[in-house]
Parts: sequence; structure tokens; C-alpha cells
Amino acid sequence: MDTSNNGNKPGQERAKVGVYVCACGLNIASKVHIDEVREFAGTLPSVGVARDYKFMCSDPGQELIINDIKEHGLNRIVVASCSPLLHEHTFRKACEDAGLNPYHFQMANIREHVSWVTEDMELATEKAKSLVAAAVERVAFHYALEKKRVDINGNVLVVGGGIAGITAALNLANAGKQVYLVERQPSIGGHMAQFDKTFPTLDCAACILTPKMSEVKNHPNITMWTMSEVENVSGYVGNFTAKVKHYPRYIKEDSCVGCNDCIDACVFKNGKWENEFDAGLSLRKPVYMPFPQATPSTVLIDPEACLYLMKGKCKQTCVDACERDAIDFTQQVTYDEVEVGTVVLSTGFKSFDPKRMPEYAYGRLDNVHTSLEIERLVNSTGPSGGEVVLKNGEKPKSVGIIHCVGSRDKRHNPYCSSVCCMASLKLAHLIKERTGAQVYNFYIDMRTPGKGYEEFYDKLLGEGVHFIRGRVAEVTDWAMTPEEEGKLVIRAEDTMIGMARRIPVDMVVLAVALEPQPDHEDIRRTFNISCSKEGWFLERHPKLAPVSTFSDGIYLAGACQGPKDIPATVAQAGAAAGEALALISRGYMEIEPNTAWIDPDLCSGCKTCLPQCPYTAITRNEDKGVAEINPVLCKGCGTCVGACPSGAAQQHLFTDDQVYTEIEGILSHV
Amino acid sequence: MSETATAPAATGAGTYEPRIVAFFCNWCTYTASDLAGVSRLTYAPNTRIIRFMCSGRIDPQFILTALRQGADGVLIGGCHPGDCHYSTGNYRALRRFKLLKKLLAQMGLEPERVRLEWIAASEGDRLQEVTNEMAEQLRRLGPPNLEAIPAPGPGEELPGEVQELEKTEA
Amino acid sequence: MSKPKVGFYWCASCGGCEESVVDLAEGLLDVVAAVDLVFFPVAMDFKREDVEAMADGEMAVCFVNGAIRSDEQREMAELLRAKSQLLIAYGSCSHQGGIPGLANLYSHESLMKYVYEESPSTVNPEKVRPAPETAVPEGATVTLPELDHEVKCLDQVVDVDYYIPGCAPPVSLLSNAVTAVLEDKLPPKGTVLAPDVALCKECPRIDTKPADISLAELKRPSLAELDPEICLLTQGFLCMGPATRSGCGAVCMAANMPCTGCLGPVSHAKDHGGAFIGALGSILSPENEEEIDALLEQIPDPAGTFYRYGLPASRLFARHNRATT
Repeated sequence: MDTSNNGNKPGQERAKVGVYVCACGLNIASKVHIDEVREFAGTLPSVGVARDYKFMCSDPGQELIINDIKEHGLNRIVVASCSPLLHEHTFRKACEDAGLNPYHFQMANIREHVSWVTEDMELATEKAKSLVAAAVERVAFHYALEKKRVDINGNVLVVGGGIAGITAALNLANAGKQVYLVERQPSIGGHMAQFDKTFPTLDCAACILTPKMSEVKNHPNITMWTMSEVENVSGYVGNFTAKVKHYPRYIKEDSCVGCNDCIDACVFKNGKWENEFDAGLSLRKPVYMPFPQATPSTVLIDPEACLYLMKGKCKQTCVDACERDAIDFTQQVTYDEVEVGTVVLSTGFKSFDPKRMPEYAYGRLDNVHTSLEIERLVNSTGPSGGEVVLKNGEKPKSVGIIHCVGSRDKRHNPYCSSVCCMASLKLAHLIKERTGAQVYNFYIDMRTPGKGYEEFYDKLLGEGVHFIRGRVAEVTDWAMTPEEEGKLVIRAEDTMIGMARRIPVDMVVLAVALEPQPDHEDIRRTFNISCSKEGWFLERHPKLAPVSTFSDGIYLAGACQGPKDIPATVAQAGAAAGEALALISRGYMEIEPNTAWIDPDLCSGCKTCLPQCPYTAITRNEDKGVAEINPVLCKGCGTCVGACPSGAAQQHLFTDDQVYTEIEGILSHV
Repeated sequence: MSETATAPAATGAGTYEPRIVAFFCNWCTYTASDLAGVSRLTYAPNTRIIRFMCSGRIDPQFILTALRQGADGVLIGGCHPGDCHYSTGNYRALRRFKLLKKLLAQMGLEPERVRLEWIAASEGDRLQEVTNEMAEQLRRLGPPNLEAIPAPGPGEELPGEVQELEKTEA
Repeated sequence: MSKPKVGFYWCASCGGCEESVVDLAEGLLDVVAAVDLVFFPVAMDFKREDVEAMADGEMAVCFVNGAIRSDEQREMAELLRAKSQLLIAYGSCSHQGGIPGLANLYSHESLMKYVYEESPSTVNPEKVRPAPETAVPEGATVTLPELDHEVKCLDQVVDVDYYIPGCAPPVSLLSNAVTAVLEDKLPPKGTVLAPDVALCKECPRIDTKPADISLAELKRPSLAELDPEICLLTQGFLCMGPATRSGCGAVCMAANMPCTGCLGPVSHAKDHGGAFIGALGSILSPENEEEIDALLEQIPDPAGTFYRYGLPASRLFARHNRATT
């Protein structure tokens, strides 16, 4: 095991540096004197060529570098332009094309870190110069490195079985890859399964979803695990090991045929526990089928409701009723460990809890519902058989739909949840259709950007739905006139007419915001990715890389990355599957060769480094009395290097020499 | 390399502008700095960023060297505890930093000069806040008065230093 | 052929380095036979004028120990540099500043005040301070060297060829160095003549140091019992071994005391205390700030602990703004 630095020592040859200062159009040039920086670069030690150009990342820009390397014998390159996170690989490749080792390259970030953030042009220019000096000094200490390659395991882990996960899983499975689809609910389908109709086509959600759910269940390449969660993940791109935890159903999945006889036979005559799928609007028994089209079509037993599981005493009428002998109270939590090369995260969203806005009276007054609850009411398999009814069983004669509950709100979520305008319009249409009620939509802006969306809105305008543009201040039962007695009064400013209004209605629908899942922090730590400010999983680039993350091999699909509708979700899931497939298809990934190594001559065997490594890459060689790093396991954090008091541990691309020189470069010239 | 740095701090009309060397981790604080750029958040240009893969790479000797070579302040940026891309690197950085701060306090260095901040990848605004605040604090403190290390006797560099690459003529 | 001329001088020192020469034991006789000792104030009656009378480079090698903190010491260092082909800094004080170097934590005035006025054993009601010149009744003027305002190590005043570290240097380092000089087999100029690997390499307790060392408490040798078998750092004592050169045979461990760092850092470290802080910080176990702070309360004197022998040679050199505080 070669633990040396490729046999290279820093400074093996005299450096001859080419420096390229990019104007990036006006992005840098408008705040940094490009020619001044170029001239300054020309005065630095070891600089053979100093140029500036409008767009260094373009083909002609890269050609400049390639030609100079060949003509002037340059052996180190510095480009002062944008962030290395964006274009480091571009310029490294240019070096490689010219026959120069790609790691003889260093970037100075004078755009994201200088021109875009500095007001004074003179100070910005000085800062740019010091960063260029740092890069020029440092790059002289760069030495040749080989790229590290890791193989990619063709299996994929898809976490979350909503429409995003289902789409990704099917794409991958159809491409011949082995997919592990892990869903924590007893059935796949996610939120889409709870909807009745989907906008703007008013397709029946179940009709378009259940064939896919069925396809997933029956697909030979998909291992579908419901009631399961990913407990931890180790490894790295191409080589992840995931430990999946399975919660017991107390039902043998292979035996149950979904006849529901056990439910009828249960000692509880009526349901007493909130049915989660019905958003709490109906009650279920301890043994239950999540919903009629649940996939797998298997009942489950709630261990916190079932008499036998709680107290050990029950007539077990369910067991008697089951002709398939499918009930098994002895089931325990089990685990599976799978090896995968890539992961798609499609863990979805949760709804904003409107109890956080007491002015809207949710949970306090009757007939105030969330949009998700109304989805269940209008759904024919829902708690009211598809009838929109009040608590007293009657149909409402007037309904108010309040947009932006918890969205676009500095007190709660500043963002727009993207789907609620269309969802509110859809519900307005369905409610009107089912009940003939007067429907009022209270909105701030009407956001209908998708294909057919504006037309849908237009149609609704023609259906006699009332639209009031103004934020709702309050939902109250405090009547001020006889007409308001027994009603819910919505108070809002109607900004179009410049008046505050009181609209009495029978039912209020709150279009609640989409929020990240409550355990999004745990999930992101498990997969070692970041979250954005609001808690959505962070994409690598908001425009150009919306499905990949900063952790190679981990992809995002659906609302977990940010609120979006079903078309966007499906598109993103396809993209995530596509990127995973691209990686798998290539078969390998090149990783930054920034691993650490230990010089056995300098190592005293003090063991300080051994406990630093979270990847157990460092071991002690008892014979030689020194520490050794396994370059395959090393992830290149450099923590052991920072700990080593002898300078025996070093990190490629971040050696002590390189860092000290960079510090000196920053401080010595400007 | 035993004197304090020879180059004066960049100035507009002769006013003192502190130079802050920042050691930022790639995954969180460096990314947050890029985000601040993308978001066009302006902040004081006193901070010059050096990128590391992890705050765990940061050796206290880097900080001492930066101060010796003329930095008016050093800012270390890493991921929030529990969020390190490499799991535990930032905890190591924190403990080393705390020990170093104790030493620096005894050596009379103002606490504002060496600072550790946890800044997540999405916290571009925090980055702006911290850099502005630190620049302002150091402006008020004025330049540090680290006593110059006496120059070595005539002839050689201080022994034990890294022998610098021979520089070619430009 | 005449024997090479050798000098041995002391600046701000305790005399321990002189005594360490005696550690050569019988070997001293061989050394004395092979060289011509021309300047060794502790042992022989040579004067400064004798050195001044020499030709430049007349001494083959001169060992200078002690830190530089007075004008006289600086003058002697420069004089000996001129008169020697090889100038070797001998012992911690000339290598890195040594114990006297800790005076750089205090202002000149506070030192003088303490020593000449405030210390419990001082009786000086008229607060007399040493004066550079004093007229004496006999009609002459006697002079005293002036104390500098900072303590420096030898290479901060003159060009130094080699270093023999240690407080006092282990005798093996001295005898190896003498042999190397006599046989003209010296390494590149500027080398520290001691193994360039840290002390853990030769410490007999290394096998008792666990692979997952993690310190939940720190102890001080004066206040806690030291197990004679187990790695001292593992026990929680601040042993500078991981950051300090070997070559001393781990004698302090044999005496059941932790290493205090007298041989200085290995060549790849830029700052001895900083190197140790990096290592020590990395093996503390608390994770949250309050617990870390509480643990670090056990280190009341970081500068004295981590720079006991090397403050002048360190990156910080002296306490910040000490002249005014």
C-alpha cells in the first residue's frame, strides 16, 4: 500500500506560471480593474505569462491556456475568475488537454468573493490582487497527481415512495437496475394518493397513480419495502452501504390478500383512532387497511392500539377470521443491509399546521379545514364518500378558501408554496360542483404558470367562483349581523375595492403551505447532504444542477427539494434517475485526489491521528511503529493532518507548504 | 520570514483597513461565501478566503503564522456542530481553537482578532454579517502590535524553515 | 597537525549546560585530548581579551549556550561568531530562548520592579536599580551590562551553524556532535543535531497509549499521582512528547514525569506550542463549548506549558503589547 505522495516532492521543478484574469463579461470587470490585476500578476515571482480575457471558461479562453502551455513551456496555471466550485474542472481539463497535469492548477475566486460582493472598485481590485498573489505563490508548490477512480455499484436506493420515488424507481428499474424503494408509511403513494383530482386536467389521482404503484410492486427489479426507514448510511459514491429498518406489520405480507375480514372481526366494533390517510377526519380500528388501493394491499396492526399487543389479552377474533392465517403477533423489528452505488431522496413534504395561526381558528371552530382534509372529503374513498359536508352532515351553502396559509409570511415561511393557488382553484371547482355552494377564494396573487394552468383559472372565473384579492385577517364566529349568526365570518381587505369586508361562510378551507418533513435534519445527516435555509434539501446549483447534491451519488427528486407540483416532480424524478443512470452507465467516478498520507520517516507513532478519522482509514503498523492511511478509505478531510504535531501527515492539494505559501501570498504583496 | 509582513494594508485615503485571513471549509462556509456572491450581498473586502476541505484541516500553526505575517485577524469558518461533511472534523477544529484562544488570551491578543464561526452553506447573509462585524471591530482596535521577531544574523534564513522553491525570472 | 580550537561560552544561562559537558564522563578525556580548549569561562581563566586577540575563524567550533538578553551577551555572541568557523547553539536557551525566554511575557519594567523591589526576599528600601555606569570612590567608573527589553535566542542575533537542543542537552547529542565535527561529517547547515522524529518514538510507554485516546480530564504533576507504567498523556498529564524531538532517551518518563518539551519541535513544525495545541486539542473528548472550557480550566498557564523553552523562537515571540500593560 503506497502511503507516500506518489514519490513526488514539492518543488521538483522550477515553476513557470501562466496567470489568466477573467473579466467574465462585466461580472468581474465592472468592479475590478482587470488590466491592473493582470499587470500586477506579471510582476509576481515565477510568472511567465499574464493575460486577461473576457470569458476564460469559453473555448477561446481555454485555447489561450492550452496554446501558452505549449508555446511558453508553462508548467503551472492560475485562473482568476469565478468560484472553483463552478469551473475548476473546466480549467483542469484544459491543462490536461495541453499535456499538463491537471493538478498543476489553482483558481482565484475574484467573482463570487470579490466583484459580486464589494462596493468600492479600488478595494475590490486590491483584494483581487492579493487572492491572485496567493494562488500564484501556492501553485508553485503543486505537484502531479493521479485522479482517483471508484467503481459504481449499479444498485440504487430510493428513499420515499410518493410519486417522485415511484417515478424514479420505475425509470431505474426499466433501465435494468436493481432498485430498493424504502417507504416509511404502510403503503407507497405519498400525498398524491390522498388527492381526488389533479389540476389542471382534473384527472383522477388514483387512476393515474395506482397503475404505477402496481407496476412498482410487480417489477422484478424493484424491492419495495414499506413500513421501513433508512437507519444509517456509510460509504461513499458508488459504494454506499445502507441499513434499512423494517417495522412489523404483525401481518405476513405474502399471506394477506387484503380481504379485510380481520377488520370486520376486530373486537372493536367501531374505529377509535384517527385515520392518518384521511387526515384525521375518520376513525379506524387497530387493524386497518391504510386505503383501498394501498400497495401492498395488506392490512397492518397498530401496536399502540391493538389490545393484544398492548396488554396481551384479547379474544383475537381477527386471527379466527383470517382464512389465510396471515396474522403474526410475534413479528419484530428487522433489518436489512444493502449495497448501492447511488441514492435518490424523494421524501416529500408535510403540510403546515394552521394551529400556528390561531386567527384562522383551525382546531377551535368547527368546519375549518386544511386543503388536504378537503382532498379527503371530495375523494370518493374518503370519510364522507366524496360528499363535501359540514360537521353536521349537511352540505355547505358557502365556502371560503384562504390562500397562502403559512406561505409568503414572514412569521412562518417566506416562500411561496407553488402549488396552493392551483390546488385552491381545483378545490373551488370541485366544491362548487359537488355542493353548488357560493365559493370565495381569498388570494394575494394568483400563481398559475404551468401548462393549462391559466386556462383553468379562466374557466373558474366563468363558473361564478368569487375572487377576493386580500390577505385574510381572521376567521371568527362572532356575528355582528343576523346573517352572520351560526356562520364562520372571514374578515379580509378587498384590495380591489379598497374596503375591509366580512364574508360569512359555512366552511373555511385553509390552503396550507408545504413544509419540509419534520425529521429533515435527521435525514440529511444520514445522507450527509445540506439543507437550505428553510429546510429543503440543498441542490448543487439552483439552475444548472437541481437534482444533484454536493455529496456525489446522492440525488433529489420531488418536494423534498422544494415545493413543486406533480408535473415538476415527475420531471425531476426522471432527471434524478437519469443522472444516477449516467453515473452507473459510465461505471466509475473520478474523485478529487485530495487524500492524506503519512511519511513513515517523520512519523513518531504518537497515535494522535488514529482517532481523528471517522472513516477508520488510519491504522497503526505495529511492526514499524508508525501510522498508515488507506487511500481507498480516506475521504480527504485533512483532520488527521491538522492534528499531526510532526508534519508527518500531509494532504494532497492541501500540504502544509501549499497552505503556508498561500497565507504568505495573501499578506506579502498587497 | 521573521519580520511582520512588509506590504502595507490596502488603503483608500490612508485610513487603516485591517486584513483578515479566513480559513473556510469547502462544504459550508466557502459555499456560503459563494452564495453571498450569487446573492450580490455586499460586505467589507477585508477578508481574504483560503479554502480547505474541512475546518478539521486547520492547524493552529496556520493561525499563528498568519498573525506573524501581518494578518490583523483570522476568521475560521466551518459547518455547524453535527453537520460536518466529514462527520467530526469541525469538533476537532473547535477544540483546537478553544485551546489556541486560551493561549492567545494569555499572550494578550485581543479576542476579536481570532474568531471561529459556524456558517452553513445556505447562510450567505450570516457570512456577510460576520465579515462586516469583524472588519469593523478590527478597524476600531487598530493594527496589532506584535513585537517584531529580531532578524537573524547576516547571511542565511532562519533554519528549519521550508526552503522556498528557487524562483525563476519572469 | 594542530588540534582544532574549541570554545564554550555561556550567556543568560543557569550553568546546567556547562555541567552537562561533565556528563561525558571518561569520554571527556578523549575530547580534551582531541581538541584545544581555548575559551571556557566556567572552567578556565580565559578572558574576553583573549578572544578578541584571536584571528577571525581561528576557533574551529564554539558552543554557545544561554539566551541573549543583555548588551554584553550580544557583544560576546557577535565576537564569538567572528572568531569561529562553526558556531553551535548549545542547549534550549540558545536554541529557542529557554526558560529565560518566558520573561517575554512581562514588561521590562515589571520584571525590574519585581526583582529589585517587590519580591518577598528583596530588601531594597531605597529601590536601587542596577545602573549601567557607576562612579566609585576610587575614582573610576564601573559598568554593568544593560538588560534588554526582550529575550532572544542565539540565531536572532548572529548566524548559527548548528543546534544541540535540550535543557541540558543529553550527553549523547553532544558526543555525536563532537564526533561529527572532528570527522567533518556534518549535515547541512542549520540542522538541529538531534533525531528529527518526536519523542513517542523512543518512549517505553507507547504501547500503553490507546489507539482511541480521548482525554476527559487533565491533571498537573504537582497535584495528582502519576502511574509509573502508563503513557503520561493518556493519564491526562500534559506530556509534550508527541510534539518534541527525541534523542534524550526519554529520561523524564523514566523519572515518571511528563515531557516538558526541552528538545524543541521537529523540523517540520513551524511553532512548537502551536504543533502541540493542534495535537492536544484533537484528542480532548468534550464536544460542547461549555464542557471544553471547563476542561481547559485545568491549563492555567498555556504559555508556560506550551512554550516553556521556546517562547522567543515561537511565532508570537513575546506577549502582545506587554510594554504598555
